[in-house]
Amino acid sequence: MEPKLHIGVLALQGAFAAHAQALRDCGAEVRLVRTQEDLNGIQGLVIPGGESTTMSNLLVASGLSEVLKERFQHGFPVFGTCAGMIMLAETILDGRADQISLGALELDVRRNGYGRQNDSFEQDIVVHSFETPFHALFIRAPVIEAVGSDVEVLASWGDRPVLVRSGNALACSFHPELVSDLRIHRIFLSLVENFSVTNPR
Amino acid sequence: METSSSRSVTGSFPVKRGLAEMLKGGVIMDVVTPEQAKIAEDAGACAVMALERVPADIRRDGGVARMSDPEMIQGIQAAVTIPVMAKARIGHFVEAQILQALGVDFIDESEVLTPADEAHHIDKFKFTTPFVCGATNLGEALRRISEGAAMIRSKGEAGTGNVVEAVRHLRSIFGDIKKIGTADSAELFEWAKRLQAPLSLVQEIAETGQLPVPLFCAGGLATPADAAFAMQLGAHSVFVGSGIFKSDNPALRAKAIVEATTHFMDADVLARVSTAIGAPMTGIGMDEINQRYAERGW
Repeated sequence: MEPKLHIGVLALQGAFAAHAQALRDCGAEVRLVRTQEDLNGIQGLVIPGGESTTMSNLLVASGLSEVLKERFQHGFPVFGTCAGMIMLAETILDGRADQISLGALELDVRRNGYGRQNDSFEQDIVVHSFETPFHALFIRAPVIEAVGSDVEVLASWGDRPVLVRSGNALACSFHPELVSDLRIHRIFLSLVENFSVTNPR
Repeated sequence: METSSSRSVTGSFPVKRGLAEMLKGGVIMDVVTPEQAKIAEDAGACAVMALERVPADIRRDGGVARMSDPEMIQGIQAAVTIPVMAKARIGHFVEAQILQALGVDFIDESEVLTPADEAHHIDKFKFTTPFVCGATNLGEALRRISEGAAMIRSKGEAGTGNVVEAVRHLRSIFGDIKKIGTADSAELFEWAKRLQAPLSLVQEIAETGQLPVPLFCAGGLATPADAAFAMQLGAHSVFVGSGIFKSDNPALRAKAIVEATTHFMDADVLARVSTAIGAPMTGIGMDEINQRYAERGW
């Protein structure tokens, strides 16, 4: 049997428990990450949805922000959903002035771009590599307003990208951890697997 | 570009419950002005509860406590980027309609306000906006969920700065969930009767070992240690009401409670953030109060 992938889920605030469950359902070994020490031995990191301003504060307070920026610059696999995608975007619109970015993806992302909670919605979306649609939940979701030249758009809804990848960084504006469909988590785990072959722990 | 033709659905239960999931591991702070809301957001609150008076003041002033003035809620919505919650009286579905029209992100059908209906809670399925409701025990929690609540909070005793009631309610809810986990299928009928709760929800708990919606802790939390205590007991997040803005240094205390909620298992962090944050709210003992808000709701 192949050894299990060790995946960290940033657990400062937000939907980390749902991501941990989805990753375990994919067969991964999961660790909740709250400190720099928690990063030891993990092969990829998921940044969940939640409140990006809260996470930003706690990333700075824990010293994780600098360590993560450094890792992502060297291709360490990361998957950000909703607020997690905001954390990864180079340009954050409608954020707070003191909000930090981990700069892993060349994106312009507008916080709450799809509106407040009353505008939150469920929608089937087409992901290019999937044979059937993916049922996506958008919760006070951020809008991707622009993507850099090296960013691959894996799915769009309306005229907006909603699932994107650049190198080993994957991000989406919706919540694959809130449905039982594991296909998007599996895309991430394949990025981790490829990275781990060339960069053993 | 090709896109799916299916229509978007808003206000569904998964969408409502989804926001509750996003608020896990965080601190929701009571605020009465836009300035307080900013302090809360600066400190790392994951949401704010907009209300006219914090529970400690409602308790002191007496009289009828109602939904907040819409102008005040809008002022707070304009001041922050994080979700804004607001309270409606138990059973007062028109206050809830107004809060939904204002675009608040979560409605708290709250026992801290004076109840408007002595027999009925709001039919929360009729709303697009998600609801949170208080509970003192598992039966109450399941009745609220059966009415459409997307989040439950332990009631505790608001405005007291005394954590004892919140702990009683959390322990009662988690204790019964554990017992149901060991019950056989025939015993579940008896549990449903005893809890006055739908059998289907009792059976779901027997299967999953948890409530079908997130369980947050509220009512009397005043210190970083209180927040971590609630989290270690199994709460998913904490509400802090009077505990922040009735303390000596709200900004410092708010930030400390946020860190304590994230690092609730790390005693070194808890010791650090509990140091030099000024005095907490004075608080009151349970034998000193004449109105228990937790008894409101049915």
